[in-house]
Amino acid sequence: MSDSEGKVQLIIDGKRLDGRSPDDLRNLRIQAGVLGEADGSAFVQWGGNKVICGVYGPRECIPRHDINPYRAVIKCRYMMSPFASLEEHGRSGPSRRSTELSKVIREVFENLIIAERFPNTQIDIYIDVLQAEGGTRTASVTAAAVALANAGIPMKDMVSAVAVGKAGNVLLVDLGKAEDNFGQSDMPVAISARDKKILLLQMDGMLTREEIKTMLDMAERGCGKLNQEQANALKRFYEEGEEAKFRM
Amino acid sequence: MGEEARDMIMSHIRRDILSNTLSKGTRFDGRGFDEYRKIEVQRGVLDSAEGSALATIGETKVLVSSKFDIVKPFADRPKEGVLVTNGELLPLASPLFEPGPPNENSIELARVVDRAVRSCECIDLGSFYVDEDKVLGIYLDIYVLNYAGNFIDAATLAATAALMDTKRPKVENGKIVRGQYTGPLNPTALPISTTMIKVGNTWLVDPSREEERVKETVLTIATTEKHVCAVQKGKGSLTKDEFLSAIDIAFKRGNDIRKMLKG
Repeated sequence: MSDSEGKVQLIIDGKRLDGRSPDDLRNLRIQAGVLGEADGSAFVQWGGNKVICGVYGPRECIPRHDINPYRAVIKCRYMMSPFASLEEHGRSGPSRRSTELSKVIREVFENLIIAERFPNTQIDIYIDVLQAEGGTRTASVTAAAVALANAGIPMKDMVSAVAVGKAGNVLLVDLGKAEDNFGQSDMPVAISARDKKILLLQMDGMLTREEIKTMLDMAERGCGKLNQEQANALKRFYEEGEEAKFRM
Repeated sequence: MGEEARDMIMSHIRRDILSNTLSKGTRFDGRGFDEYRKIEVQRGVLDSAEGSALATIGETKVLVSSKFDIVKPFADRPKEGVLVTNGELLPLASPLFEPGPPNENSIELARVVDRAVRSCECIDLGSFYVDEDKVLGIYLDIYVLNYAGNFIDAATLAATAALMDTKRPKVENGKIVRGQYTGPLNPTALPISTTMIKVGNTWLVDPSREEERVKETVLTIATTEKHVCAVQKGKGSLTKDEFLSAIDIAFKRGNDIRKMLKG
């Protein structure tokens, strides 16, 4: 895996470490309605990521000073479990990273939820990463969209998200953990299904304008595939109903 | 009435006024859409730190200090120094800021500036190795002193200017000899961020606090001369083409500011 410089070689003969081509997504499984108590829920298994999302609301807004008389307040908590990575036991509770991710994920759904319909209430999106292997924020957005739809919360559009990036000078879609850690650049993107609007956009690494342009097209194709899987998951839930057992 | 409630009501009224003003092609303060407020940078404002700078954009003032310590390296990078970026939205900077633990805005600020500085590899962290289990850590502390809109760009600017001002500390027997230096740090790139808000179909560069209040979409793009090195979208949505046009604006304004920093 290492070349002479001691750096991890991420692309060998045009293939990625797990054998994928640059524009392949990792295996994906989405299940809607996995939690009985929540108003809506979803489980996403995406490569080595396992993310569960539960949605509550619209419900009473607490604390009261958060109330908005014009619309529902949307709250989002993304959390990484301390047992999520193969390495050491992490710290539980919020971190700087999880606080930032909670914010950018909330901002995705603030564009979509028709919050004006529920003044003085709040909608809670709880996301827990049970296992992480690179790309948990995009898995979280993808799961939360299904959970919100499952909760029957009206939205203007559906959304899915995928990270595009660059490693070994090759542009890649759906970065795995090594590609994320040792690659040259990482750009997570959420794109709405119908309008093709960019709702989450972050980037680090060094990229030219032309590379970004190509990567946006790759992200759009990836999100299209994800959206199909989301729709299938919801269809399955409403066809099979409570018969479908939740399995991790 | 609380500041937040006032903001909520004001924003409804101001948004109409602002979008009317914008449709006539002007901003409240008479700037062009792609124009920054007046920018000033003062370097070397602290003697206690190895580097520092105060950046002023309009009335927004941000101080960044860069200070060194001897720290343990990260386990996966035992030969590399450590960069730590912290952001503080001081309560004295705005009636909107409150004392307390870091909130999502101060954390986002620190993490975006950190990504911009880290991604372009302008600091040679490999040269920070001291000894087994000992490396230099560089702390970038961002202090927002006055918030009149767009603290992210002022912070990136102050951070880059502080790095240009930074002197390498002298290290002897695994310890920093305070007050003695071995030469300038010489950052190899000058990351500059450009924050824009989208009102209707137009990107407004360097939003004032008033413009920020009515923002629909906010986007920060950090550049070096040839590369985009960090992106962060806040509130709102945008299309692919709007993103690409924002990149063009970010390169243009970023290069202007880099020229000013070098000159």
